[in-house]
Amino acid sequence: MSTKASRSAARLMLAPAVILLLGWMLVPLTLTLIFSFQRYLPLRGGFQGWVGFENYVRFVTSSAFWPSVQATVIIVGGVLLITVTLGILLAILLDQPMWGQGMVRILVIAPFFVMPTVSGLVWKNMFMDPNNGLLSHLWRSFGADPIIWLSDASMLSIILIVSWQWLPFATLILLTAIQSLDSEQLEAAEMDGAPVLSRFWHIILPHLSRAITIVILIQTIFLLAIFAEIFVTTQGSFGTRTLTYLIFQRVLESQNVGLGSAGGIYAVILANIFALFLMRIVGKNLDR
Amino acid sequence: MARSVTIQRKSLNTLIAWIIGLLLFFPILWTILTSFKTEAQAIADPPVWFFFDWTLENYRVVQERSNYSRFLWNSIIIAGGSTILGMIIAIPAAWSMAFVPSNRTKDILLWMLSTKMLPAVGVLYPIYLIFIQLGLLDTRIGLTIVLMLINLPIMVWMLYTYFKEIPGEILEAARMDGAGLKEEILYVLTPMAIPGIASTVLLNIILAWNEAFWTLNLTAARAAPLTAFIASYSSPEGLFYAKLSAASTMAIAPILILGWFSQKQLVRGLTFGAVK
Amino acid sequence: MGQIVLEKVTKSFGDVTVIPPLDLTIEDGEFAVFVGPSGCGKSTLLRLIAGLEDVSSGEIRIDGKESASIPPAKRGLAMVFQSYALYPHMTVRKNIAFPLRMAGLDKAEQDRRVEQAAAVLNLTDYLERRPGQLSGGQRQRVAIGRAIVREPAAFLFDEPLSNLDAALRVGMRLEISELHNRLKTTMIYVTHDQVEAMTMADKIVVLRAGHIEQVGSPLELYKAPRNLFVAGFIGSPKMNLIEGAEAAKHNAKTIGIRPEHISISATEGRWSGVVGVSEHLGSDTFFHVQETGLGETLTVRADGEVNFRHGDRIFLTPRDDVMHRFDDKGLRIA
Repeated sequence: MSTKASRSAARLMLAPAVILLLGWMLVPLTLTLIFSFQRYLPLRGGFQGWVGFENYVRFVTSSAFWPSVQATVIIVGGVLLITVTLGILLAILLDQPMWGQGMVRILVIAPFFVMPTVSGLVWKNMFMDPNNGLLSHLWRSFGADPIIWLSDASMLSIILIVSWQWLPFATLILLTAIQSLDSEQLEAAEMDGAPVLSRFWHIILPHLSRAITIVILIQTIFLLAIFAEIFVTTQGSFGTRTLTYLIFQRVLESQNVGLGSAGGIYAVILANIFALFLMRIVGKNLDR
Repeated sequence: MARSVTIQRKSLNTLIAWIIGLLLFFPILWTILTSFKTEAQAIADPPVWFFFDWTLENYRVVQERSNYSRFLWNSIIIAGGSTILGMIIAIPAAWSMAFVPSNRTKDILLWMLSTKMLPAVGVLYPIYLIFIQLGLLDTRIGLTIVLMLINLPIMVWMLYTYFKEIPGEILEAARMDGAGLKEEILYVLTPMAIPGIASTVLLNIILAWNEAFWTLNLTAARAAPLTAFIASYSSPEGLFYAKLSAASTMAIAPILILGWFSQKQLVRGLTFGAVK
Repeated sequence: MGQIVLEKVTKSFGDVTVIPPLDLTIEDGEFAVFVGPSGCGKSTLLRLIAGLEDVSSGEIRIDGKESASIPPAKRGLAMVFQSYALYPHMTVRKNIAFPLRMAGLDKAEQDRRVEQAAAVLNLTDYLERRPGQLSGGQRQRVAIGRAIVREPAAFLFDEPLSNLDAALRVGMRLEISELHNRLKTTMIYVTHDQVEAMTMADKIVVLRAGHIEQVGSPLELYKAPRNLFVAGFIGSPKMNLIEGAEAAKHNAKTIGIRPEHISISATEGRWSGVVGVSEHLGSDTFFHVQETGLGETLTVRADGEVNFRHGDRIFLTPRDDVMHRFDDKGLRIA
């Protein structure tokens, strides 16, 4: 496509981005890897010798580990289930002819732009507070006892808050994908006598499958790392301590860097498993 | 092909869609309404909706007591700075990959994407340590650099997909017309790339503004942006809903407005061009 | 002045050789058309001449000046691209003026030349519009305008009409030919459409897989194709190619006979067959004749008045004096 002169210029222009990202990835990751083999307690004497894989073993055998894995899986799974299911329905609805379509879309998308600390606190105080929250008012108006959301239904609460934030993302992407569906295809199916439901199953859903996969993978990567929502609501108590939050506590709160770093390496590996699938899909897309 | 639908059908669609839309928007609407109430009205049961004594008192109090403007300023500097810095690095990189692709271009793009997948918590301590060593902890410049780095892959990708859409023949035409590399970039590429660059800037400001891991963990009093300012409301004393609402409204309003402009670009940016 | 000479030019992308050593001379003022199926290397060849690709080896001389190492802008050539490649953010005026601006001409001279080109191309009313507001044909003219104003040594056209609909294509074909007659500047025109090649060219260069199959005037190629490939490629409808016993009678592996060189009769003739599909064009009628016993469906041109129905048995007689004969390597037997 091009001549030699432009090639060398191109390499020069690419270099800063590559070098910076390489440094950003390699330096901290190497340090984490090194720390993970050390007994390293900054507040209690700092470096106290190499311990091999002891941190890795201790991290997975600690009583907090499995509950944190469970919490992570429930939160990620719950949010995915809610956002993808509702996202498909909402995308189909928003694709229908209606008055004020643009305005509705803006309303639906808005939660995505709310910063995580704001949505965490607004939900925690103004909606889920057992005394003054709007939901407790609602419960009382029906004569029921208000739910103490963030302690009695802590997981459900977190899933609700996070789903509210991510539903717009799923909807927006699925809507974009639906709009790219050739309407002649649907009309052909209609001519062939396919009823509404089977048109959904055999044409719309397969057409969306790639977009759904992308939504699931990208959300999984972001959801595995959710932090602020838990930080400002339960602080990891009442069974909401996810893997990310557990590592955060080990590193910054109890300052057990070795142990936390081993956890960090687990988190990196976990994220990379999902990243691999995502990159395969995105990579295929590049070839087209 | 647009199809004609019955008025009844369209009305039903409209009704359902508006109910769901308003339901999803309600927490934001409620926050905005509450910010204009007194603290007593804010927790009233039954709730008061529109007919209350609208007041700006909360905004005044939040401004005065918590030095809101400093947090706002930090947010602006960090989000704006990381975006500008990132664009300076991302534009040439995306340009070169889009217009002078080599066999390794695809690998480099995917590798860049993979750095975005790195869980922040996995590198939290090393970054923390490096920041202490370099005296960057709780500084705006430190946070600016980190946010630039975490969003750099998205910037490069998004610009790349936009640049890819500029037909190569146009650049060749410019070359035939006697434009050197400088003129090519100045007169042809830049004007054509501006819409894409603008969308990328917009999305990046949104992402940086709302980032709430590094901003919470690497700042204290001096460099804390609005995310941290709001987090400080998590353990309140006394009646504070109206003030929380006022602070929240101020923190999200600018980004809500920017976000509405960038809906379409958002899809492309967040899916790395896989969905357009 | 615009003689273009290619000497032993080759181009490879990695291990793939796209152009094997190739020699070609295009005389000053000539309208040369590179024609061939897609992937034959015709566009690559044009881009080598333009300087948009580096040659792997060999020499390109423009007006006697070795140019292979000169950047595209300095070769004094102008190119019209398939997609027109107009700058979408500039008005028509600025698009046409762009090469002049790059050359550092003063504003008055730029305006003068733009107005002049616009007048020639009927674009005067559209100068302040953007490309997005123009029709396909108008965009094409803007692209040509941008090429004209530079007063280049030669024009390069890369399949310029392939994005236009059929009616416009005929019109633009005439306009480009007219332009060539007026400017008398060398033009090199790449197309996969042999009709464009036949109607416009002074010299046709037929390419296949980077090789030049034949160079000559349209009529030379039509009357004396050097090999089977050229014989099959040039002419519409295609030449009938017959192998086997009938060819052996003429001491050839393959014989070729154009549709207009076969006469058709209801009663007598050398070959017989059954009428299949007939295409009535008004002035002419083309019959596709089956079951001739020659192994092929034959295409025969007849007068527009002649009327046979599907399934009619008819008789055909070829004209031996204009029959083409090819040997077992596919080369023409003189």
